Amino acid sequence: MQQLLSLEYIVSILLSGISLGGQLALIAIGYTMVYGILRLINFAHGDVFMVAGLVGIYVTAAVPVYIAIPIVILITVALGFFIERAAYKPLRSAPRMSVMISAIGVSYLLQNTATYVTGGQPMTYPTIQLLNKTVDIVGTPIKLVVLITPVLVLILIVLLTMLINKTKIGMAMRAVSKDFETSRLMGIKVNTVISATFVIGSALATVGSILYFSTYPGITPTAGAMPGLKAFVAAVFGGIGSIPGAVIGAFLIGICETIIKGLPSAWDVSVFSDAFTFALLIVILTCKPTGLFGEKATDKV
Amino acid sequence: MKKIVALLLALCMVLGLVACGAAPATENTETTETTETTETVETTEDAKVVKIGVFEPTSGDSASGGKKEVLGMQFANAETPEIEIGGETYKVELVYADNGSSTDKAPSAASSLVSAGVSIVLGSYGSGVSMAGGPMFGDAGIPAVGVTCTNPNVTAGNDYYWRICFLDNFQADVLANFAMDKFDAKVAYCLGESGNEYDQGLIAFFKQVFEAAGGTVITDSFPTGNSDFTSYLNKAKSEGADVIFTPVSIAYAVQIIAQAASLGIEAPFLGSDTLDDNMVLEAIAGTDLQLFVSTFYQEGGAPEFDAGIKEYINTNSEAMTANGGNDTISAVTAMGYDAYYVALEAMKAAGSVEAAAIKAALPGVTYEGVSGAIAFDEIGDAVRDTAYIKTADTANAAWILETVQTGSAS
Repeated sequence: MQQLLSLEYIVSILLSGISLGGQLALIAIGYTMVYGILRLINFAHGDVFMVAGLVGIYVTAAVPVYIAIPIVILITVALGFFIERAAYKPLRSAPRMSVMISAIGVSYLLQNTATYVTGGQPMTYPTIQLLNKTVDIVGTPIKLVVLITPVLVLILIVLLTMLINKTKIGMAMRAVSKDFETSRLMGIKVNTVISATFVIGSALATVGSILYFSTYPGITPTAGAMPGLKAFVAAVFGGIGSIPGAVIGAFLIGICETIIKGLPSAWDVSVFSDAFTFALLIVILTCKPTGLFGEKATDKV
Repeated sequence: MKKIVALLLALCMVLGLVACGAAPATENTETTETTETTETVETTEDAKVVKIGVFEPTSGDSASGGKKEVLGMQFANAETPEIEIGGETYKVELVYADNGSSTDKAPSAASSLVSAGVSIVLGSYGSGVSMAGGPMFGDAGIPAVGVTCTNPNVTAGNDYYWRICFLDNFQADVLANFAMDKFDAKVAYCLGESGNEYDQGLIAFFKQVFEAAGGTVITDSFPTGNSDFTSYLNKAKSEGADVIFTPVSIAYAVQIIAQAASLGIEAPFLGSDTLDDNMVLEAIAGTDLQLFVSTFYQEGGAPEFDAGIKEYINTNSEAMTANGGNDTISAVTAMGYDAYYVALEAMKAAGSVEAAAIKAALPGVTYEGVSGAIAFDEIGDAVRDTAYIKTADTANAAWILETVQTGSAS
């Protein structure tokens, strides 16, 4: 107990919490953006994240890491784009529930394809030199990825906010999220906007997967399920449809979870770290269903 | 346009189905083919076939271990594909069922073996799945021989389950004593998956022995599917653990080792039989960590078997993949090999391929296997008093025999 109050322990816990939060944030953005525009909870998103990890393994085995990363992003973006075109676009005028079921179908398809390809064996993510270097922070060795993650996440979020607020496609996105039909009448190419959303979401999920799996290197076909669910909770927590909300929610969940895992073993609560996340979801849904920055507080997307 | 897309989608799905259907087939092509041919032969020429059920995880967290255990059985089957019982020659056929390393898939995998009409079942790797599948075999009256499921509850209370490996209380005893003798350990940090009978059972036994000897045990569990172990490892470090005991599935072990390496954990790791796996060895190679595992067999224990299995692995690309891409012999492979012969011995002793007769004959079966002498006690557990403790040679990615510990069996 006494030792647990040492500075180095607290720092190490907080740092890994922030890093986990950052990784979840990158996934959560994908959920929240798609919801903002399509009113669809894209259940396949967590699995796209997992596929990005697997593709990362196979591509880095073939080419050097610095060439591999762009290739992995491209492949995952293509996957996200293709999923939208094949599984969601034909259902554009169908009831929202049908699209959701289609998303669940895609999720299972991806998981089972991954089981087929990997033979069900857990795979180990390759070591990326830059990310896996360890540095000493107040006497605790920390992987560089843990420090890079929050910085990179912040940069990406600033870029994304600029894209949404300053560019033409960003303006179109905001318009579509406000009113789907009207923006279509105004001559906005809704399908292009939606595809762009999926492309951005998948690209961020890929970056997230590189950071996440560099920290926690095991990938199984269901490896995307848990981070995906947690990111989803983060998106709901922050108010689904709101990007800053999703990011704050993700950091909060990441940090809380890591702190719970780090509580003294004598208290025997570390096993409830996942339960905490989902209890939070229930509390939010019952007390403030719109989340921290729900609907009215901010613009969607 | 819409129709074309719909058509393409339908095509995708059909292809997906074909792919999924092919997945298990690649593994079992040989068996399915033999099933078909033997079945036709059976009707025409009345050639005798006896089926042995292989109840193992070939997907999921323990797939790596399950596949290696199956490998031992396949090698034994390739070596001795026929058996003579009561003057008649039977062809031995292995029937596979994948329990997916998961206790909720295990019962259906077990019933698929029952409906395939197997005479005896071997497996599984992993105690939890064995306990989950056990009642199915019991209800169908089919005897099962556990290969490396070490939790006492696998055989306790199930008349139809036997096993050829040592038990967790013995294993935990060996490891706890080893920790105290070798490292003079006072504080042990134990980490297991919550709700996993194997992990929690071992930790409970370890705690008993370690605390009885005056040590302090800190126990901790992580939720299933957890991938962040840094908090746990940092905690172990901060709480001043002299040894870290992690009796977890291979997939978790690999992650724990990988994350411990980056945290610079100095306390030695103790592992149970599950950690004796190439994947764990690969994860620890090139790091400064220390790992000691207790296991059933050490390469070099039976040179003839070693040479045979190495040749089998090296000449068979599927076996090579199953073994993780190299020819390091896992203890579970040796155990799988022994289990196959124990099954044959039981059939010989029974003089029949009827499940009931085999069950009646099993208590009296003795066999001198590559992993040592095998005999059963009244519960159905193997009488074993030897465990090998291996350490990982991180520089050469190999296991080195640390010591052979003997104690009172169970």
